[in-house]
Amino acid sequence: MNLLSNPLRKLALGAALSSLLLGASTARAEDTIKVGVLHSLSGTMAISETTLKDTMLMLIDEQNKKGGLLGKKLEAVVVDPASNWPLFAEKARELITKDKVASIFGCWTSVSRKSVLPVIEELNSILFYPVQYEGEESSKNVFYTGAAPNQQAIPAVDYLMNDLKVQRWVLAGTDYVYPRTTNKILEAYLKSKGVKPADIMINYTPFGHSDWQSIVADIKKFGSTGKKTAVVSTINGDANIPFYKELGNQGISAEKIPVIAFSVGEEELSGMDTKPLVGHLAAWNYFMSVDTTKNAAFIQQWKDYIKNPKRVTNDPMEAHYIGFNMWVKAVEKAGTTDSDAVQKALIGVEYPNLTGGMSKMLPNHHISKPVLIGEIQDDGQFVTVWQTNKLVDGDAWSDFLPDSKPIIADWTAPISCGNYNTKTKKCSGQNY
Amino acid sequence: MRIPRFRTRLKTPPGSHPAYRSPKDSFLSMMTTPSTQAGSIVGGVFKQLLKFVACLLALILLVARPVLAQDAGSALQQLRTGSMAEREQAIETLGSDSNNLKLLQALQDGKLFDFKAEGKLVLAQESAAGYQLSDPLSGAALAEVERSAVGKINLNNKLRGVLRKTIALLQLNDADPAIRLIAVQALANEIDDKAVILLRDHLANETDADIKTAINKMLLLQDINSPEKDQRIAAIAALKDLDSQDVVNKLQALIDKDGDGNFLEADSDVRNLAEAALIKIRERMQAYAAAETVFFGLSLGAVLVLSAIGLAITFGVMGVINMAHGELMMLGAYTTYVMQQIMPNYLGTALILSIPMAFLVAALVGIAIERGIIRFLYGRPLETLLATFGVSLFLQQAVRSIFSPLNRSVSTPEWMSGSWQINDFLSLTWNRFYILIFCLLVFTALLQILKRTKLGLEVRAVAQNRGMARAMGIPTARVDAMTFGLGSGIAGVAGVALSQITNVGPNLGQAYIVDSFMVVVFGGVGNLFGTLVAGFSLGIANKVLEPYAGAVLAKILVLVFIILFIQKKPRGLFPQKGRAAES
Repeated sequence: MNLLSNPLRKLALGAALSSLLLGASTARAEDTIKVGVLHSLSGTMAISETTLKDTMLMLIDEQNKKGGLLGKKLEAVVVDPASNWPLFAEKARELITKDKVASIFGCWTSVSRKSVLPVIEELNSILFYPVQYEGEESSKNVFYTGAAPNQQAIPAVDYLMNDLKVQRWVLAGTDYVYPRTTNKILEAYLKSKGVKPADIMINYTPFGHSDWQSIVADIKKFGSTGKKTAVVSTINGDANIPFYKELGNQGISAEKIPVIAFSVGEEELSGMDTKPLVGHLAAWNYFMSVDTTKNAAFIQQWKDYIKNPKRVTNDPMEAHYIGFNMWVKAVEKAGTTDSDAVQKALIGVEYPNLTGGMSKMLPNHHISKPVLIGEIQDDGQFVTVWQTNKLVDGDAWSDFLPDSKPIIADWTAPISCGNYNTKTKKCSGQNY
Repeated sequence: MRIPRFRTRLKTPPGSHPAYRSPKDSFLSMMTTPSTQAGSIVGGVFKQLLKFVACLLALILLVARPVLAQDAGSALQQLRTGSMAEREQAIETLGSDSNNLKLLQALQDGKLFDFKAEGKLVLAQESAAGYQLSDPLSGAALAEVERSAVGKINLNNKLRGVLRKTIALLQLNDADPAIRLIAVQALANEIDDKAVILLRDHLANETDADIKTAINKMLLLQDINSPEKDQRIAAIAALKDLDSQDVVNKLQALIDKDGDGNFLEADSDVRNLAEAALIKIRERMQAYAAAETVFFGLSLGAVLVLSAIGLAITFGVMGVINMAHGELMMLGAYTTYVMQQIMPNYLGTALILSIPMAFLVAALVGIAIERGIIRFLYGRPLETLLATFGVSLFLQQAVRSIFSPLNRSVSTPEWMSGSWQINDFLSLTWNRFYILIFCLLVFTALLQILKRTKLGLEVRAVAQNRGMARAMGIPTARVDAMTFGLGSGIAGVAGVALSQITNVGPNLGQAYIVDSFMVVVFGGVGNLFGTLVAGFSLGIANKVLEPYAGAVLAKILVLVFIILFIQKKPRGLFPQKGRAAES
């Protein structure tokens, strides 16, 4: 006779099995602290985000070697939102509700962050966002470790204006939220510095634009009036290579019309034929070429981890490095991974960045970082030509847009608001 | 003897070469010895005078060669370890001696390295093991070292400018007129009073007519700002027929007003002349701009035609909706990358060899897709579309796994970089130019294959009437495979061209698939000429619209136009006529 034919027995067995399973899963949950990694591993953004996934795995691995956190091991939960913005929200929900992660490290594009935002806020989790972005946002649940416009775009323009004596400006960008907002801020900033509207040319192109002939010809014409001209480029990843190639082919050298880019880093350069780029500029908060012992150790660690001596490090990787270590410190300080406690503990946490300064998490959930401007060399690295002499505090709401000028973000009592109007003394109620 | 005091006054840098010092010392003592003798005869005044002469001579001698050589030594040191400002000084010091030309050029080309172990500057040439070093001044071969043993001497933009000017000044006396011309042109960008004087001197000795014209033009440009009215008028008259941006800028500056509303140029005669000249030049500029737009349009069209032409065969002739067409182009581009990896020192040859290789690779993959999937789905367009879309995702991910998700760097050979500078207002970029020609070649070749070969005949027969062709003994299954292979192979070839103008990455195909379908549908399905005309006209339309509407809107406008057009003429520009069109 079959053992399981008896319904009672079946029930008992089922109960035993399920309790065993449950027990196992609770035991595992107590054993480890889970960290969500939400980066696209396929699709358009895989090019940039895969590296960040690997960085997170390396950092978690390193922390585990040091003995984990609160006496527990860390466990990475990697999901693939496949460069699909709505999928980011779904995967975030899955990470928080199903996998019960203590915090999430992820997103690259602003639109993916905006898609994740409602989920993170609804479920009161924590997201570390490692990429430079357009600002105008401060969520209770998001910690922005990348640069705000005042930590990248504004200093870059200052450098061009003061050091290179640039008088005419081309603001070229890909047509989406980050370039549009950044250019709006830059345009207002330039006008406040007395630049005439006729000396500013704004140009947007579609994602992955590859035929730059007319635009480069226009830039050439715009820059041929004898006044020093520069291009401030918020052109996104892929479209950059044909852009620089066309510049080179039409004979526009970095000395004649320098291009300063906010989205071209070491990783992007490693996939480019760098000849036409030499001498052009980029503004970041970190360069692989920065000569500090901490940076050298980080680079070595990365190369060993990824088992490829040719791999490079870049700015968003450093942002994750700072963000992850700040989170570790905050969890240690709070003694728990509870979201509210960690959010509170994070503000004011300090951790040394890789360029030799001490970055701090500010009450507006942004961090302080140095600003570096580098010239591209033909080996795909940057030579720092200018840097701020101290760290710059990230400003969530730009002071150069009339609407956001009176607004501040401060997540400490008594304001506790990401969108507080200092004139009306009111929090907009909207969380971001 | 008071000579040592002279030397201290002259501030000889510390550690100067004793070997250089000794002959001078003896020479100086020879000079001064008579002076003391003379002093005893004639008197104190003369003695003082002679001393002064001796002092002058000593100064001249000290400044001369020995100090230079020793300065060069410290300049090299500065170049190696100094800051950017110190490097600039070093370049200027080195620029005073034409023997350093090679070294400066190496610096400009990024071939000058710091040999860390020995603490000296070396020239480095890439070799199998790392770098082959040689001495920067003598050129003597030194050791071969690993990459990490040397560090490149970095430059910034300012230094590059200084370096270019320094080299140009040295090259102005080169024996080769071509080099002299380049030097003059380089000076034009960095012209200052010193360079003007130098060029005026040089003009007298110059024999080459082209260089004379170039220098004359530069000097005339300076004359526009001359204080003499006659000179200004003469300069405008001489320059008004030149197509040069510099002339436009200078003339514009003459008719501009300053902040208070006063003309910068006070003389109204000069102003009127300048204005008239400017109008003439602007007219010519417009004509050149129109020509440039047409070229831009044609070159964009060439890319569209190249990417669509393979599809015109698989979709147009066979009726297969192949969503993996873009990925076949991607395979072609990756073939180029692999070929360049195999032969890193012959980039140009690798590029040319990639054309047949890419054809083979893409054709074989195409045949595999046809034999493996599509042949089971003939007559079921929706399933074909989905299946080939699946194949495209599979191919993308395969490339990601094999080559990494990052873009790969495909180099452009020297002869495809830069542009054909017709004048300041019109220049045609070489890569686009070659791609345009390449596109026409591929098109002609394809047309010949379809018209004159047995395969072409069979392809046309099967396309026109499959049943009849089979009845006539044509192996339709094999022809299908070959046709699909041909279309795919051409996609691969298009990939080689694309690798020169865009990113080589897993997403390369996606960027072009929609455009390709657009061109084929617009041109008329099944008509190769239609594809050609459609590609070029869409390219030109896009480029004409772009300056007014912006890149984003131009693309949208073109799409809207095509949608409207297809509503009116569903079969495209050149519809197939006769019985073939009925089916």
